[in-house]
Amino acid sequence: MTTYVAAVDPTATAAGDTAWLLASAALVLLMAPGLAIFYGGMVRSKSVLNMMMMVLGALAVVTVVWVLIGYSIAFGDDVVLGLFGDPTQYLGLEGLVVADPEARIPTILFALFQGLFAVITVGLIAGAIADRTKFGTWLVFCAVWTVLVYAPVAHWIFDFSAGDHVGGWMANELGALDFAGGTAVEINSGAAGLAAALVLGRRIGFGREPMKPHNLTLVMLGAGLLWFGWFGFNAGSALGANHLAAVAFVNTLLAGCTGMLAWLAIERVRDGHPTSFGAASGVVSGLVAITPSCGSVTPMGAMAVGVAAGAICALAIGLKYKLGYDDSLDVVGVHLVGGLVGTILIGLLASSDVTAVDGLLYGGGADQLGKQLVAAGATLVFSFTMTAVIVWVLEKTIGFRVHEDHEASGVDLALHAETAYDMNLTAGGRPHLGGHGPS
Amino acid sequence: MKLITAVIRPHRWENVREALEALGVSGMTLTEVSGYGRQKGHTEVYRGAEYDVLLVPKVRIEVVAEEPDVQPIIDAILASAATGKIGDGKIWVSPVESVQRVRTGETGSAAI
Repeated sequence: MTTYVAAVDPTATAAGDTAWLLASAALVLLMAPGLAIFYGGMVRSKSVLNMMMMVLGALAVVTVVWVLIGYSIAFGDDVVLGLFGDPTQYLGLEGLVVADPEARIPTILFALFQGLFAVITVGLIAGAIADRTKFGTWLVFCAVWTVLVYAPVAHWIFDFSAGDHVGGWMANELGALDFAGGTAVEINSGAAGLAAALVLGRRIGFGREPMKPHNLTLVMLGAGLLWFGWFGFNAGSALGANHLAAVAFVNTLLAGCTGMLAWLAIERVRDGHPTSFGAASGVVSGLVAITPSCGSVTPMGAMAVGVAAGAICALAIGLKYKLGYDDSLDVVGVHLVGGLVGTILIGLLASSDVTAVDGLLYGGGADQLGKQLVAAGATLVFSFTMTAVIVWVLEKTIGFRVHEDHEASGVDLALHAETAYDMNLTAGGRPHLGGHGPS
Repeated sequence: MKLITAVIRPHRWENVREALEALGVSGMTLTEVSGYGRQKGHTEVYRGAEYDVLLVPKVRIEVVAEEPDVQPIIDAILASAATGKIGDGKIWVSPVESVQRVRTGETGSAAI
């Protein structure tokens, strides 16, 4: 009954929109364990727990830092030139606890929804430096990177000016389109992954020892959970239960499908076999590229975006062997490259049936394409440079890379005192329960 | 004819394999094993409960070779498997009475 009253009262919170955003935020949260499982399956069995811990650790640290200061930097009133918001404006989200009668959806919910985007972005970076980093330093990195890199870029592209509020330069002065994070999430994490992998260096035995994924069924499960969560990520970015959310939803499904098919086609021609790892990677590459573009292309456009991303990413993942950087789980090949594909293709494939402008192929000229290139390039350069400096400073001060003996024997045991799989009858030992064991 | 058995660190296996291949050793049997010697395992912790896990994962490789090839093979394993720290493993040699290839029935050095 209260819901019905709220729905007809124009000044009250829109119940449907709020419900969808609540559900979307929960879906985006599910992407964190999804990513942990996706990445966990890709590493060797001696470092699967560490990989999952890096992603879950990012979830905990980034959420707290976001509530304390990150949200204010991203969505506070602009301090200078559209570069970052007032870092103290929403400190601890205290100012958002009392309901704003003007708000269509509760701002505190919007703040948390955006915070979960930061979580996924930071979690993605872990894949580039798998098997070789200290867990404590990683947690420090998560906090520092959220404040110095993610929050400013989110301000640039996601913070729209409205009324007295002045937002970021990309969204407002430049007019680049990025529906759900091709720049702030995908290019940002990919460029950061490249910088981190370059500064920390290759794993011992990279390119010589086999570093195969230890469990591809986990990778498939993780890809499925990511895809499910991605509906919250993309369709939730409509910030309402409306037609645009539905279009983004359809596009998210389609690009995942065509991304998978394109990746498999490349594999079939290049390597002779369509692989399960390729299918999972193709889905994710399609989803990465549709993330910025799901709110500006038609279903046919979305299929084209997925094909382009699946094919280009399938070719790009070989670069690390040619160029010699050890991006362990292809954060560069999938997220940087896929993010660039999706962000730039908006300039070609945007349709005024969906968004405000037409892309080049829809008769809109090259104007939007130019804006997309500027946004993509600025994010790439900023993220790469800042991350390289942050990782370098952490390595030189508190140390980021683990001791080589620990890397060789496996970081699960060395850092966490656990092993992921215990399948031998004689694997145990003497327990020292000491009065505080599990009861 | 001798059987050379070496127990080594798992992550040195690729090194050892390359060194033996350079000597012309064309095959071997590998088993993932666990055991302990001077290196005494490690502690694992599950919800506060500590476990002394005595067994350390190792790789056991077995190569059958002619008498004159034995010392070069041992030297190659020593050079490629050693890190200089406790836990590098052991090598031992035992006599082999006969060898036969299953496919052809060949015996002796033709079966190696």
